[in-house]
Amino acid sequence: MDFDFSEDQRLLQETVKDFLEGECTAEYVRGLWDTQTGRSPEFWAKLAEIGVPGLMVPEQAGGLGMDERDLVLVLEETGRYALAEPVIGTVAVAVPLLVGLAESGERKLAESWLGRIAAGEAIVAVGHDRSPLVSDAHIADLLLLPHGDEIHAVDPGEVGLTAQRSNDQSRRLFAVDWAPSDRTRVASGQAGRKLVDAAFDRGVLACAAQQLGVGCQLIDMGALYATQRKQFGVAIGSFQAVKHRLANAKVQVEYARSLVYRAAHSVARALPTRAVDVSMAKAAAGEAATSAGKESLQVHGAIGYTYEQDLHVWMKRAWSLDLSYGTGAWHRARVADAVLDGRLPAESFGFVPPGA
Amino acid sequence: MDLTYTPEQEAFRKEARAWLEANVPAEPLPSFDIKEGFEAHCEWEKKLNAGGFAMVPWPVEYGGRGADLLEWLIFEEEYYRAGAPGRVNQNGIFLLGPTIMEYGTPEQRTRFLPRIASSEEVWAQGWSEPNAGSDMANIQTMAIRDGDDYVINGQKTWASRGAYAHWLFGLFRTDPESSRHKGLTFILARLDTPGITVRPIEKINGKRAFAEVFFDDARVPVANQLGKEGEGWSVAMATAGFERGLMLRSPARFQNTARKLVSLYRETVAAGGFVDGAVRDTVARCWMDAEAYALNTYQTVSKLMAGAKIGAEASLNKIFWSELDILMHETALNLLDVRAELLPGSPAAGDVGDWLDGYIFALAGPIYAGTNEIQRNIIAERLLGLPRK
Ligand SMILES: Cc1cc2nc3c(=O)[nH]c(=O)nc-3n(C[C@H](O)[C@H](O)[C@H](O)COP(=O)(O)OP(=O)(O)OC[C@H]3O[C@@H](n4cnc5c(N)ncnc54)[C@H](O)[C@@H]3O)c2cc1C
Repeated sequence: MDFDFSEDQRLLQETVKDFLEGECTAEYVRGLWDTQTGRSPEFWAKLAEIGVPGLMVPEQAGGLGMDERDLVLVLEETGRYALAEPVIGTVAVAVPLLVGLAESGERKLAESWLGRIAAGEAIVAVGHDRSPLVSDAHIADLLLLPHGDEIHAVDPGEVGLTAQRSNDQSRRLFAVDWAPSDRTRVASGQAGRKLVDAAFDRGVLACAAQQLGVGCQLIDMGALYATQRKQFGVAIGSFQAVKHRLANAKVQVEYARSLVYRAAHSVARALPTRAVDVSMAKAAAGEAATSAGKESLQVHGAIGYTYEQDLHVWMKRAWSLDLSYGTGAWHRARVADAVLDGRLPAESFGFVPPGA
Repeated sequence: MDLTYTPEQEAFRKEARAWLEANVPAEPLPSFDIKEGFEAHCEWEKKLNAGGFAMVPWPVEYGGRGADLLEWLIFEEEYYRAGAPGRVNQNGIFLLGPTIMEYGTPEQRTRFLPRIASSEEVWAQGWSEPNAGSDMANIQTMAIRDGDDYVINGQKTWASRGAYAHWLFGLFRTDPESSRHKGLTFILARLDTPGITVRPIEKINGKRAFAEVFFDDARVPVANQLGKEGEGWSVAMATAGFERGLMLRSPARFQNTARKLVSLYRETVAAGGFVDGAVRDTVARCWMDAEAYALNTYQTVSKLMAGAKIGAEASLNKIFWSELDILMHETALNLLDVRAELLPGSPAAGDVGDWLDGYIFALAGPIYAGTNEIQRNIIAERLLGLPRK
């Protein structure tokens, strides 16, 4: 039993953090809003240099062979810096999905993509059942789309994409006009169902992990502003009403953190409680990040309400992540179904109930 | 990160479970806030100690079994699973014990720790005074040195279990010229010392849950000071850290309550009681929060075992469990509907359990062990770097 990260894991987190701190500034994030794709192949290539896309690609395919327990800290940092690149779809979901497809017989397909992903040469966009829209389909080299119990590997050149406009200017969402066929089907039946479910839960975990970073950033921005801004001759951070708002947000983020890290372990180990564990993580982290946004806005006053100030970059990310891969309400309902009605496996951690 | 137990840990769990199953009283003991219940709880503690389970993380020579913090968590899980009695000497075992291990002389350790473990001596905490609540540095009770004794004059208040406890630990002003955090000393006093008068105070349910303690030229040996004279504040902060941090409220307590809440929800639904979506959502939320609290504690324990220390993070803890405890009990009372106000044993009450009593107790959570407002100040100032003034 050890619920802590190793030095190597912390080092990886630091590396990514240092990189993003230098390169992924708010100015940079906002600069991408007005570009055509909203994404930067050069930036993705730099991420590949520090190993991010290939984190969970097996070593023999050119990746780092890590799992979600390593990835979770990296995702947290990508949230803290509001990175727009498709780390959730490609790195957190598509890679393990391709590995799963290889195990269920699609070795060729997996091999042809995994190496390229690790090298930063391919982007894969994935769909899921909680949304009709697919993120980053416009820059994808491959689409992995669920259809009932099936998964289809679709060439983006063969589909119609309708761009949407999101409140979060970093988001690029698309309706995908496609038709499943025998040619595109790469998994079906029980094996397909398992892969679809696992891919969805990975997306849920990834959003939750990013929300931790988003929430921390929102609190830090509020705390920094509160030490600088003076009213009534003193820093506003000396007022208790201000302190307590940020303290409440901090409590929420820190307890969500525990759920998110546990969910990473459950996903990495494919535990029976995986679905409920990621749902608890997403519901808690989403709520923590969105309320950190509200508290931080209040602490900023009018300046935080302006387009010019960067606060809304993270506020909007908190909202859009809260809507991705199932809303907080949807996930809490899934927890309720499991815990109250026994429809999914749920266990309390460590505590074994009488009779069990 | 590996969230699985080792075979040794599983074996320890089994051993604790077997002992508890064989020894936990079949009927719940009367409340330790009444004399008869206090004594019954002390008897239970003696049995627990004889079985070697009173304080598993303590060294063997003081009555423990030298277990690590993970085994302590496992023990707590089994303890709540077994429905074992509340810990009447929690001030001694969870707060004073660890403080004596850190600051006590070898003589103090051998003198006090085994009797804490056996609950032969039950402890009350004496921080609060009529004019020193949240502002604990305003302590005014004087302990003036006279030869080998301190002569104590003044008043402590709100001492939990003070009505029946044998000893009291707390902060006293030993330097009459001093103010605020300076000149305070951590002193251990027998409550039957001549010059000490204990006057019980009833809490809102009418039980004698705490007491005022008056000191009138009470003589306490200087040998009973813990840590150095005048350095009581930092010793007390260590005790407060144990209180808010790890030990006072182990996660199993809340996981157990969450389980009972889920059962109550199911029973209510099965009986055709009134349940709406909001209650359902809140029950799920309670479950999640109890899980988050447990996981957070495992994280803290993993860090402590790797050599880290916990500081102001303990304040996050205190807010979280105290608010969760209220939410869980409030939700249960919602589910009980009109029966929520009926006392157990009232003819129409049916099986209302101890939700009402638990709710009343939970309401004190945001007040004791440092109010939640004070904890929020600590979080803002020490964790978020906001200015004190
Ligand atoms: C069930 C129970 C058991 C207890 N057991 C013990 C015990 O065993 N030993 C012991 O010594 N004490 C005990 N206490 C006392 C407890 O420690 C105090 O009640 C607590 O420290 C608050 O002090 P107070 O009651 O004087 O309230 P006050 O300090 O007067 O506070 C009243 C209100 O004002 C708020 N407030 C005060 N100062 C500030 C500030 N700076 N910023 C913001 N808000 C502030 C508080 O948060 C609170 O809401 C117990 C209390 C209870 C309810």
